Amino acid sequence: MSYIVEMLHITKDFPGIRANDDITLQIEERSIHALLGENGAGKSTLMSILFGLYQPDGGTIRVRGREVKISDPNVATSLGIGMVHQHFKLVHNFTVTENIVLGMEPRKGPIIDIREAEKRVEEISKLYGLAVDPRARIEDISVGMQQRVEILKMLYRNAEILIFDEPTAVLTPQEIHELMQIMRKLVTEGKTILLITHKLKEIKEVADVCTVLRRGKLIGTVPVSETSEARMAEMMVGRQVSFHVEKSPARPGATLLRIEHLNVKTAKGVLGVRDLSLEVRAGEVLGLCGIEGNGQTELVQAITGLTRPESGRILLRDRDITHLSIKERTDAGIGHIPEDRQKHGLVLDFTLGENFIIHNYYEPPFARYGILNRKKIQENAERLIREFDVRSGQGALTAARSMSGGNQQKAIVAREIDRSPDVFIVAQPTRGLDVGAIEYIHKRIIEERDKGKAILLVSLELDEIMDVSDRIAVIYNGSIVAIVDAASTDENQLGLMMSGAYRPATAAAAQE
Amino acid sequence: MTARREKIVLPLIAVLLGFLLGSIIVIATGRSPLAMIGAIVKGFTGIDLLNPDVPFNPRYIGEFIIQAMPIILTGLAFAFASRTGLFSIGAEGQLMMGSLAATAVALLVKAPKVVHLPLVLLAAILAGALWGAIPGLLKAAFNVHEVVVTIMMNYIALHVNNYTILNIFGSVDRIKTAPFAPTALLKDPWLESITNGSRLNWGFIPVILALLIFSFIINRTTFGFSLRAVGYNKEAARYAGMKVNRNIVASMMIAGAFAGLAGAVITVGTFTFGRALPSAEGYGFDGIAVALVGGNEALGILLAGMLFGGLKAAQPLMQSQGIPREIAGIIQASIVLFVAMKFGIKMVLQKFERKQAPSTEGDRV
Ligand SMILES: Nc1ncnc2c1ncn2[C@@H]1O[C@H](COP(=O)(O)OP(=O)(O)O)[C@@H](O)[C@H]1O
Ligand SMILES: [Mg+2]
Repeated sequence: MSYIVEMLHITKDFPGIRANDDITLQIEERSIHALLGENGAGKSTLMSILFGLYQPDGGTIRVRGREVKISDPNVATSLGIGMVHQHFKLVHNFTVTENIVLGMEPRKGPIIDIREAEKRVEEISKLYGLAVDPRARIEDISVGMQQRVEILKMLYRNAEILIFDEPTAVLTPQEIHELMQIMRKLVTEGKTILLITHKLKEIKEVADVCTVLRRGKLIGTVPVSETSEARMAEMMVGRQVSFHVEKSPARPGATLLRIEHLNVKTAKGVLGVRDLSLEVRAGEVLGLCGIEGNGQTELVQAITGLTRPESGRILLRDRDITHLSIKERTDAGIGHIPEDRQKHGLVLDFTLGENFIIHNYYEPPFARYGILNRKKIQENAERLIREFDVRSGQGALTAARSMSGGNQQKAIVAREIDRSPDVFIVAQPTRGLDVGAIEYIHKRIIEERDKGKAILLVSLELDEIMDVSDRIAVIYNGSIVAIVDAASTDENQLGLMMSGAYRPATAAAAQE
Repeated sequence: MTARREKIVLPLIAVLLGFLLGSIIVIATGRSPLAMIGAIVKGFTGIDLLNPDVPFNPRYIGEFIIQAMPIILTGLAFAFASRTGLFSIGAEGQLMMGSLAATAVALLVKAPKVVHLPLVLLAAILAGALWGAIPGLLKAAFNVHEVVVTIMMNYIALHVNNYTILNIFGSVDRIKTAPFAPTALLKDPWLESITNGSRLNWGFIPVILALLIFSFIINRTTFGFSLRAVGYNKEAARYAGMKVNRNIVASMMIAGAFAGLAGAVITVGTFTFGRALPSAEGYGFDGIAVALVGGNEALGILLAGMLFGGLKAAQPLMQSQGIPREIAGIIQASIVLFVAMKFGIKMVLQKFERKQAPSTEGDRV
């Protein structure tokens, strides 16, 4: 059998960590080969080596049977290798066409021939079924469209081997579906695809072969048709994973968080939350589900104090906190896992240890008389790293920026759960995490619930909402359209309510 | 390369490249780069390589420290604001206000030295801090960009200084005030005598204290922690409940305090009278260069400040060797430029490391 790409015995060290340890990966032509592994397993590193961004410390690479040295991305491009990164690399105020041809513009003399460029872009996008508007500006198009532009960029450079680094993490379910179709189409047109993901469903759906990495080591390569999701999850995590959240029925107590007739404007100045009322009780998880952009972000920001509501009241244990500062709310017992981990959750240029104390850096034991106690900060970090299995190269002193996205998220979750707030606003807690980490975080959320905390879980993942919540509130167009028992609903019913198409008669009753 | 090593290696390379470029220009103008190097060595160490008759003159060491002191302080000023994410170019004006306040207290207060001199320094620090507070408040309250405000504040400071010196303190020659009482001065005949009549003065004591205080606040205090958090990621700092606006004002004030102190070190150290200035003297911009090359860290600022101070001190020496004094400025500017080009230098270094990699790799495979 002939392989189009072979990475043989690849080893790569970073300070304090071996990201790839003797990994061998062989890719068949015209296949979709999935690379599966937890956060920090070394998937991106391995693919960055293939794309010439990193040099391996050991091992060889063969492309089409010939040994090659990929010293930089230009070499990779000339070998027909293209990569779509986890974070897109597009120029935002350029058009789609300009981004695609950037660096390889067709010219008429010294001038870029934009007509010709547009024509070629259109040809390629037709051939592979990648509909885009070649004249739209990147800043005006959706994330799904931007990803298409990245794919077109590779195809424009005649890439034959396409690397996708967690392409679905940023997409809506609909866009994921379309991407899967595009991938299949690309393979029938003769391309080879390397797909990095930790979503087992997607592998089952499109991949032919799956290679599993764990903590930098190769665990195995299996044909997808001969394996199960449970088996792949076990290979990835190293133990059996339960997909179902174990929990006893909730024993809700007093109402801890009460929201009354809340109106909140979005950043663009229109009402994002309209006359919204909601209650969360001690000892329950209230899931808030809805399609992205229906007011979830504004609601969370109003509760936590990041934005001021236009009108309405927010009560914590019957105390009006609507006009308190963020700090005062935190002290009053509100905790918050923010949805945007890089914007709000972390100071990326701080160390992990510093990030862990960001709320209470000024208090004993971390500080006395305004002077930081480094030893205590270090001990705190070591404890959280251990307890929450946060993986980092240099422990407490690791720069947050150098950590993988999943471990960044784990660090935030560790910090917030450790504070054990009475009312816990949890937004997208497991976005981008692998099954092992998701299982763990869900378990910890339920533990908090059983300690009698009130939890508001905001998530775009229906599975997560249905697994973890006791009651589910559906938000549509800034208002709660229904509140249902998690046990007595299903995906279809929620889906219909989220789209605003259906209101159950029981909604009003459940809200009492 | 690790981040720490990078922080040390890249500025060093920039300095070497700067001197290299300076030498090339000297050669291009048909003069000897050895003469330039000789002048620079003399500027820093007082050792004269070219004239065996007078092999060592400590006066140059004194003069070089004099040049380094104010730009270390303005470097600290820029760096402090910079750590809070602010780009303040107001050190020049804050320095002038510090200088003016020092002049006022030096002229108007009569007291023994142990009281008078600390009062002079304190007044300068306060004046600088207040002058820094204004752009800080405007930024915090109305989100007015600090670059614009600090530039304007520099002009205002120049004219306030000149008006006050000329019209209120009654300058006779329209340049300077009456001389200060000795109780107000950092000057010391003993320091001057051991450095063969240089203008060296006790100003280096407050400068060293300022460096220690800078490092302590930034690295060891909760206040520094929150300043850095705001500087790196304002949104995350807000999320964590920090008072972002209060930090902006406080940071601008402390930055201003450093620059204000620089004003006193010049006025009651290097000089002995208040001065009206035809235009800004460039300490503020030198401070930006010092902070950039020093990587916004106390130790780096100390070293970069001494480097640039030494280059300034070497200028007249160069001229006496027939080398245009502007060469020193060119070296300084190109060092800053090379530091700004650190990404480019990093890429070249990485290419270099890669080229070397296969030879070691060959053994392993
Ligand atoms: N540039 C880097 N510097 C230091 N450590 C890194 C760097 N890139 C990745 N790592 C570390 O290497 C490990 C593997 O990371 P990565 O390949 O990004 O994992 P994955 O993509 O599987 O989530 C992680 O522990 C990560 O912290
Ligand atoms: Mg990755």
